[in-house]
Amino acid sequence: MTDLSLLNQVTAFINTEADMLDFQEYNEWLGLWSDTGVYVVPVDPKETDFANTLNYAYDKAEMRRLRVNRLLSGEAVSTQTTDKTVRGLSRFRILEDSDSHVTVRCAMYLSECRHGNLKSYPADVTYKLARTGNDFQIEEKVVRLQNADAYLSSIGYIL
Amino acid sequence: MSNKIDVKNIAADYESMVKPDKVHTSLYSNPEIFEEELDKIFNNTWVWVGHESEVPEVGSYKTAMIGRHSVIVSRDRKRNIHVLLNRCRHRAATVCEGKKGKTKSFMCPYHGWGYSLDGALRAIPKPEEYEGVFDKSELPLISLRFETYQGLIFATFKEDIQPLEEFLGGAKKWIDLFVKQSGGFPLKVLGDHRFRFPGNWKIQLENTTDAYHFPIVHKSFVSSVDEQTADIFDFLDGEGHVEDLGNGHSVMVMIPELVDLEHDLEAPIPERFQDLADELAAEGHSDLEVRRMVRAVGGSGFNLNLFPNVACSMAFFRVLAPVSVNETEIHHVALGGEGAPAAFNQMRLRLHEHFQGPMGFGTPDDAEAWERVQKGSQAGNEEWILLNRGQNHLTTSPDGNVSGAVCSETGMRAAYQQWKKMMIA
Repeated sequence: MTDLSLLNQVTAFINTEADMLDFQEYNEWLGLWSDTGVYVVPVDPKETDFANTLNYAYDKAEMRRLRVNRLLSGEAVSTQTTDKTVRGLSRFRILEDSDSHVTVRCAMYLSECRHGNLKSYPADVTYKLARTGNDFQIEEKVVRLQNADAYLSSIGYIL
Repeated sequence: MSNKIDVKNIAADYESMVKPDKVHTSLYSNPEIFEEELDKIFNNTWVWVGHESEVPEVGSYKTAMIGRHSVIVSRDRKRNIHVLLNRCRHRAATVCEGKKGKTKSFMCPYHGWGYSLDGALRAIPKPEEYEGVFDKSELPLISLRFETYQGLIFATFKEDIQPLEEFLGGAKKWIDLFVKQSGGFPLKVLGDHRFRFPGNWKIQLENTTDAYHFPIVHKSFVSSVDEQTADIFDFLDGEGHVEDLGNGHSVMVMIPELVDLEHDLEAPIPERFQDLADELAAEGHSDLEVRRMVRAVGGSGFNLNLFPNVACSMAFFRVLAPVSVNETEIHHVALGGEGAPAAFNQMRLRLHEHFQGPMGFGTPDDAEAWERVQKGSQAGNEEWILLNRGQNHLTTSPDGNVSGAVCSETGMRAAYQQWKKMMIA
């Protein structure tokens, strides 16, 4: 039987993360991560060996910091033309629950508006969350875009 | 105005639209010109369709585009490569929808005609109604002429075309240098990033030989690397050059010290690759092997632009596919070494992800600039795209080619002269 209390806790955590990203609170977002955490957007949604294959993003702590710097620096013209993203997460399901970690899978519907054009990026997102007292830290976040294996357009934000 | 172009009746005056120092803005947006390009350029020359490492085994295949034509590159049971039109001989449905993979045959989903890896028609359901109509041997998948150079596979619809090596000409030397970047192992495709931008394919063709934009468009990338690497990418005032290699091909050397990756192996290990060197040494690789891999891992110091659809661009293949007059698909193909240590290939992958693709620190900014070019080029009726940068400072290269400064538009002028030659022919 689903642990509704735990489901509520992880849902609240993940929704907060989503809100931070939509409102570009990127430095605060960095604080949600464990030092060893990895952020991955694979090219092949079926892939599991991310280190040895090509991804759209494969960010350990340093690359996450650099990505955030790039997005906030004002130096990257592509980040200036996406007005805003709006994402909703739903279909939360706990896949694994141990003393140290909780693994959660959910659906994400993200829309962006760039140069006045609305575009959407649906994805399955899996979070491996490390338990830290009453809270969590992200140990792994894998964003499997529905069209990852086809072609994308510029993504000037964090999925 | 004496140089007015009749853009509505274009059939056309290509001579007046492509000057030595500028091209008419309608080359980006006139659909009639685009249709003619598909016929006169993409149907009429050598077009890159893949690398041999993408079809490594019996049954391996990949799909590619030559203009609007979908083609399959396959390897048959005798290990021979084929380039086949992706179209059933019956009612034209595609027989392969995968990007790449392994198969025993190609099956049409409509009526079940089955083709072997070499394109031969092997199976027809209920064949009795074809008795006396045709023999299976008459209807294989249509096979295209192809040739390879250093593992790069080029195919063509033009039966009487010059040999590939003659077409590549002065570019061969640079392909030979480019393939040295797999660190002493055979070059291998590791994957690709695919993205589209709303703009004409020639905007992308130009970009691979455009060093001028780098410090502007890629400021955020340069800010993300260490000081030593940033210095390497600060090449506009360096000793690089752009050279017209003939047939529309050109090379842009940005980092002369990284032209030959088998030279200077004794050079100090760059700081950013020290951890990789330590890891490879700890795995038992000799000092020479480690130095060869470390020197190669970041790629070559040049972009080789091959007309019309591929570039050997520092550390990857840039492939373009025209979708429509104002839409282009780009593939950035990541490269590594077959059988190379995992640490080497991982570093190659991470460097590719850092700059390339829709979430890289470089490509999205390029795409933004290209989109703005397409949009801006719609303004005005009689405007021109300038290609005259560096035209008064040309020299002759040691190979006897026209050569300009690294941030000159020498490579673009070369490509457009080839474009004009093919469009007029």
